[in-house]
Amino acid sequence: MDDLSQFKQTYFEESAELLEVAESGLLRLSPDNQDMDEINAVFRAVHSIKGGGGAFGFTDLVAFAHEFETVMDGVRSSTIPVTTDLVDTLIIANDVLGRLIGHAQENTPIPPGTTDAAAQALCRFLGKTGAPTKSTDSASAEATSATATATVAGAGAGAIPAADDGRKTWCIRFTPKQDLLLSGNDPSFMLRALERMGEATIDCDVSDLPSLDHMEPENLYLKWTVQLLTDQTKAQIEDPFEFVAEEGVVEITCLSETAAGPTAAKTETASVGAVAVSGSRPEADSGAASGSGQLTVYSKSGEAGAKTAANKGAGGAPPTQVAGHTIRVDLDKIDRLVNMVGEMVITQAMVAEHLRDLPPGEFQELLEGLEQLAQHTRELRESVMSIRAQPVGSVFSRMPRLVRDLAAETGKDVVLETSGENTEVDKTVIENLVDPLTHMIRNSIDHGLETPDAREAAGKPRTGIVHLSAQHRSGRIVIEVSDDGRGINRPRVLEKAVEQGLVPAGASLSDEDIDNLIFLPGFSTADKVSNISGRGVGMDVVRRNISGLGGRIAVYSAPGQGSRFVLSLPLTLAVLDGMVISVGAERFVLPLTNIVESLRPKHADLHGLVNKCDVMMARGEYVRLVYLHKLFGIPGAVEDASKGLVVLVESEGDGRLGLVVDEVLGQQQVVIKSLEANFRRLDGVGAATILGDGRVALILDVAGLQEMSQHSGSGGGVRQISDLASPAAVPLLRAS
Amino acid sequence: MSSNSLSVVGRTEMAASTSHEEQYVTFTVGAEEYGVKILSVREIRGWTPESRLPNLADYVRGVVNLRGIIIPIFDLRARFGGGCTEVTKLHVVVVIQVGERTRGILVDAISDILTIGHDQIKPPPTLDSSMVEAQYLSGLYTCDQRMVTLLDVTKLFAEETGEEEHLAQRANMGTARAA
Repeated sequence: MDDLSQFKQTYFEESAELLEVAESGLLRLSPDNQDMDEINAVFRAVHSIKGGGGAFGFTDLVAFAHEFETVMDGVRSSTIPVTTDLVDTLIIANDVLGRLIGHAQENTPIPPGTTDAAAQALCRFLGKTGAPTKSTDSASAEATSATATATVAGAGAGAIPAADDGRKTWCIRFTPKQDLLLSGNDPSFMLRALERMGEATIDCDVSDLPSLDHMEPENLYLKWTVQLLTDQTKAQIEDPFEFVAEEGVVEITCLSETAAGPTAAKTETASVGAVAVSGSRPEADSGAASGSGQLTVYSKSGEAGAKTAANKGAGGAPPTQVAGHTIRVDLDKIDRLVNMVGEMVITQAMVAEHLRDLPPGEFQELLEGLEQLAQHTRELRESVMSIRAQPVGSVFSRMPRLVRDLAAETGKDVVLETSGENTEVDKTVIENLVDPLTHMIRNSIDHGLETPDAREAAGKPRTGIVHLSAQHRSGRIVIEVSDDGRGINRPRVLEKAVEQGLVPAGASLSDEDIDNLIFLPGFSTADKVSNISGRGVGMDVVRRNISGLGGRIAVYSAPGQGSRFVLSLPLTLAVLDGMVISVGAERFVLPLTNIVESLRPKHADLHGLVNKCDVMMARGEYVRLVYLHKLFGIPGAVEDASKGLVVLVESEGDGRLGLVVDEVLGQQQVVIKSLEANFRRLDGVGAATILGDGRVALILDVAGLQEMSQHSGSGGGVRQISDLASPAAVPLLRAS
Repeated sequence: MSSNSLSVVGRTEMAASTSHEEQYVTFTVGAEEYGVKILSVREIRGWTPESRLPNLADYVRGVVNLRGIIIPIFDLRARFGGGCTEVTKLHVVVVIQVGERTRGILVDAISDILTIGHDQIKPPPTLDSSMVEAQYLSGLYTCDQRMVTLLDVTKLFAEETGEEEHLAQRANMGTARAA
């Protein structure tokens, strides 16, 4: 059974993808936009989930998926009209299906009633249209399909009915491979589908059936011949066999144009398998996610004009799906590769450092070789990093659902536009983007956008627009969330902040400062706590998460026109551009993003402040000095700031700080190593790295240092107005 | 790097003794001799200069690079109150692996590999159980009139490295106290 668990894992992974495919397809579905390709894609996704589920014996899942599939089948054969009610039901059904898969994956029992509401809702549509409803216990019938299907027979057995209403008689010979059942397919579904198309006569050929003692219970020994009188086209008849293209041979022959005997056969034989390969099936170009292979099909939105209109909800062209040449690789393997390359970068730096002292000219070739090695190492690292890179579209694609739900909840008309979904960024960054983006979009819809009536009164279209975009800019990824709402209501924000004691009354703040107040912990303008917002946790968490990733967030707002949140993040969390500094015998790495400048202060620029700490005049501002050797207790360091160096650092919103160090050794790209893997987290230290000489250097966490220096009693100091975010700075504002 | 690290050769073969006996690597710190189970010893390596960690007890020497992973080094002498070890080229680090986590212990010298039967291990005398030292000890063994103090590697510096079970324990104690 262990072999099976491996396949199960693949099944769950694929199901997760299929659910996403189904959801995005359903979200685009509306009465005005009934794209057959989309509907088929959803149908196939649900069908594949059902098929796989059957193979592993998830009976409840299969039963529910079957209902779902039946409705989808009705939708694609246009027997069930597309209404918003239907779309809502289908989206809920998709969620329920996801929950069922989740239960199957964790091997937990499904709580009774999980499927009831959704299943009833689905049945309602089936009942309304009179589409054939199958009992949910068909799952159990699957096991015995071989015998069950033999009895499926349509009207007029044995005769080839003649008709003169444009219907034709077809002969369908279906010879499945013996292992068809193992792939989760059930011939009875196909036969029933044929039966639904018209008047079918189904003959089961049992001649291959071995004697009982030679029979493999999991094999399928049956063949079927179906004579079908229908008005459907050949392609439509082939359709039910779509999933068994590689599992058997299907011959479809037209026996009569209108009414004729078998002798008048105009043979039009083709195996579905061959058709599938040549790609002439109607849906073949939309990338059938056939459950058999390991081929991952992912959507690449056509980058035409960077704006994928598909996400506008209605009327847009769906992203063309491209079956890429991809393989599914265990993430651990890639991580190991990334680690190994990291080691190589270090070793290479180590060799380079040792060879630097060689007498010039003597080992020219060695040095040239080393140069090349350095080049190759860099390229190797970049390509390995690009393996981990994923398009941000995988996060963006979750947002339409969120917007849809929020719009319904707030009663606002919202359209989400996205662009730059193909911008790639490291997987770890992607994973950490979901929460901040969710918060920001929530914020935009709840606070930014007005109600439709208010918008109309303001002379704007009733429908508000939230735009989500991503792009690469100078080695970082920049993500923007903007809305065309009312913008930040500055007087109200200020009033609330004063009310909540976050800002002293009467403080005069610039517009920018007021905008930044929304990032304060505990700040909220909502008067009542709703499901969506008002708890005062949100934007501060967003900022903390973003700066935890080494990123920055800024907000721009224009009253009446909307606001724009701009996130800037590093492309990877595995390497970091840093400045190597020394204090005493120790060396540290400061992330380059935190460094403003470094300078050697003149003695006259240094001042003591109420005997508590030192401040320095730098470019017309007083900056508090923090002695790293004092903070970290390092002996033998330069004690006098005017003899050492001051590195001006700033962290997200926490203002500037002058870090007193001995020396700045140079800029270097370092590989981030976890300190927590074998030890634990330390204050003021973000992570560690290994320098060229093989020694470990700690990577400093500027925000942590700032906090430490405040707790160590040397807090206070003159700070800029922009560090309002830290409550400790507030009393000083009163003084100013 | 391989020059100053010495792998414990064929430890699986050597450990394949009867189930009642286990092999211990013993090492000296000052005049005392300590032993740890050989299966938890990943390697023994010469001293390489450490990078200090800020604001920690003196027995946390710092961190070193062990082929790309960063491991903490603890000073056993300092832990047992004997002051910081003045490191020389002769000092060695016993690299211990407990579960997924690896740590190094700075000792004076490796002395022996002993095969010790379970029944030969004497329980340590009752020490004040609040002392961390007491938790480290798993038993005493006599070998040629030398006393070897056997250490429990799962406990050894586990708290300092923030091991989860210790944190969990502490959390439990916290809630118990609160209740």
